[in-house]
Amino acid sequence: MQTVVVDNLSKCYKQAVALKNITFGVDAGEIFGFIGPDGAGKTSLFRILVTLLLPTDGTATVLGYDVVKDYKKIRNKVGYMPGKFSLYQDLTVEENLNFFATIFSTSIEENYHLIKDIYSQIEPFKKRRAGALSGGMKQKLALSCALIHKPEMLFLDEPTTGVDAVSRKEFWEMLKSLKNSGITIIVSTPYMDEASLCDRVALIQNGNILKINKPDVITTTFEKKILAIRSSNMHKLLSDLNSFEACDSAFLFGQTIHYTAKQNNLMMPELQNYLTGLNHLQVEINPIEANIEDCFMSLMNQAS
Amino acid sequence: MKHFKGFVIKEFYHIFRDRRTLAILFIMPIIQMLLFGYVVTNEIKDAKIGILDHSQDVVTRKITDKLASSGYFIITKVLSNETEIEDCFRKGTVKEVVVFEPDFAIKLERDNKASIHLIADASDANTANLIVNYTSAIVNDYVTKENKTVTIPMQIGIESRMLYNEELKGVYMFVPGTMALILILISALLTSVSIVREKELGTMEILLASPLRPLQIIIGKVMPYAVLSFVNVITILLLSNFVFGLPIQGSILLLLLECMLFIILSLSLGIFISTSTNSQQTAMMISMMGLMLPAIMLSGFIYPLENMPLILQWICHINPSTYFIIIVKNIMLKGLGIMSVWKETLVLLGMIVFFITMSVRKFKIRLE
Repeated sequence: MQTVVVDNLSKCYKQAVALKNITFGVDAGEIFGFIGPDGAGKTSLFRILVTLLLPTDGTATVLGYDVVKDYKKIRNKVGYMPGKFSLYQDLTVEENLNFFATIFSTSIEENYHLIKDIYSQIEPFKKRRAGALSGGMKQKLALSCALIHKPEMLFLDEPTTGVDAVSRKEFWEMLKSLKNSGITIIVSTPYMDEASLCDRVALIQNGNILKINKPDVITTTFEKKILAIRSSNMHKLLSDLNSFEACDSAFLFGQTIHYTAKQNNLMMPELQNYLTGLNHLQVEINPIEANIEDCFMSLMNQAS
Repeated sequence: MKHFKGFVIKEFYHIFRDRRTLAILFIMPIIQMLLFGYVVTNEIKDAKIGILDHSQDVVTRKITDKLASSGYFIITKVLSNETEIEDCFRKGTVKEVVVFEPDFAIKLERDNKASIHLIADASDANTANLIVNYTSAIVNDYVTKENKTVTIPMQIGIESRMLYNEELKGVYMFVPGTMALILILISALLTSVSIVREKELGTMEILLASPLRPLQIIIGKVMPYAVLSFVNVITILLLSNFVFGLPIQGSILLLLLECMLFIILSLSLGIFISTSTNSQQTAMMISMMGLMLPAIMLSGFIYPLENMPLILQWICHINPSTYFIIIVKNIMLKGLGIMSVWKETLVLLGMIVFFITMSVRKFKIRLE
């Protein structure tokens, strides 16, 4: 069964077009990720799905309810965590949670089992005001608040933005365990490395969905060969690679530069000569398997 | 009902944790009352005057004593000649100099007529006028009382009586006005700002995405302010009664009901403002300029309506504070009942219906 069905959805603002005829479906019980840069249309899409915005064109249903007509039913059944931290900073952790429990006509005690894993981590600070929490703790509290009414679906708009690496990892582990308890999760993120943690991902850019698939399918079906290149002067290396005639793309990825060639013709010996000719020292060139980020970079390059 | 209670509790947390809100709620009303009651007043109390007595006889001394013991004046300077007068005024040590002509008592005895020269510092025209009036009243009072046996020909006695405010006390005037001002401030300004704050901080987004209905959100937000405004009404009435000695002539119940009506109107104005803007700054400016300023200037609180240019009078007539002040004056000072204020009450009711309808129409169940 599909929990979210979006058909030809468009959203236009006065000056900008946020979403252009997008169509997709989300299966029950999966973690569905939207990956894309800022301004791609992720937040607009989330707001339409949680009934906070009206689509300009097209239809969308959530849990079988239309986002325009049946908005009240949807509001009862989904949990939503906006991108911006939207809890009351002057209320304590406990008061925030209590408040969100009461407006959904439930109580912390009643649904404590749902949030136990997450809330127990911030419970020692329950008397602290939410404004005084660290970024990671704020997100845990926000997630607890979004979960307290036992939603059938969760919409998390960039929950890990501005959160440190350790907290991000923990956060995704929580999402996994929530998924195991049967909640469908739609999550957006600007971090491409988080894509592999989703069951399926949609790459979104400028209001278009470029690709939807399982992360491993996206990487295994990626056709381009990739070289990881490094030298003693990485900065110069990047500009030199970009000016190499056969170069299709060159991006800095951590310690190395990921390089693809036109027509997939790597011409490794010529490349090696070209770089040594430009006085690069300790040049290392290794063919590697494409990761999800390579695929997205390449897809986004093609699209733009 | 349970989630409504939770909402109200949350709102009280916001109020009691924000020092500025607390100050506006509880300290400002008291300060305003005391300010209007003691400082901004057009009564004369302890005005400094000087005496230049060329006669130095029994009568002039008696009149001087009467002036000094009246409570309105303090004699800070006794002058010996005319040249000192100018000097006193320049230094600002006195507001008025009372000059008795030479042989005052003798002339009064002989001609039935003697003159006192009152010279006042008219750089503050209103005060000068008041001081001169007070002084002449005291002198006349002395003359009539002391010379009961003497029948002065062609004497015209004017006796006036100031109804409802016999002593022309300023407090009678400013209590209704201050009440309007404070209720506008708390009910309209604070609520509009607090609703808009939720929009600005993004919490409105979650509230909207929850099963709460718009009406529940709004009532939950304004309820605490309604309660606190009412507490303030009581505070003001107690202050005016026990500190300024202003009794409530009419029905207290009716007065409180009318205050409740005005609170509801102010709240609906606050809600209306909050539906029209998304920034706290704007909400505050609209409340200040659009509501508070007219409550002070264009409501009959400080300036009488009749003296205003026609266009300002029209503004006064759409200003809710104008009607509220009339109602409070009628009930509190004149002791009149509902029959005397039903028209104004209806106007307030009509305004409530209008602004609530407008707010409900403008309130968005979504973000746009």
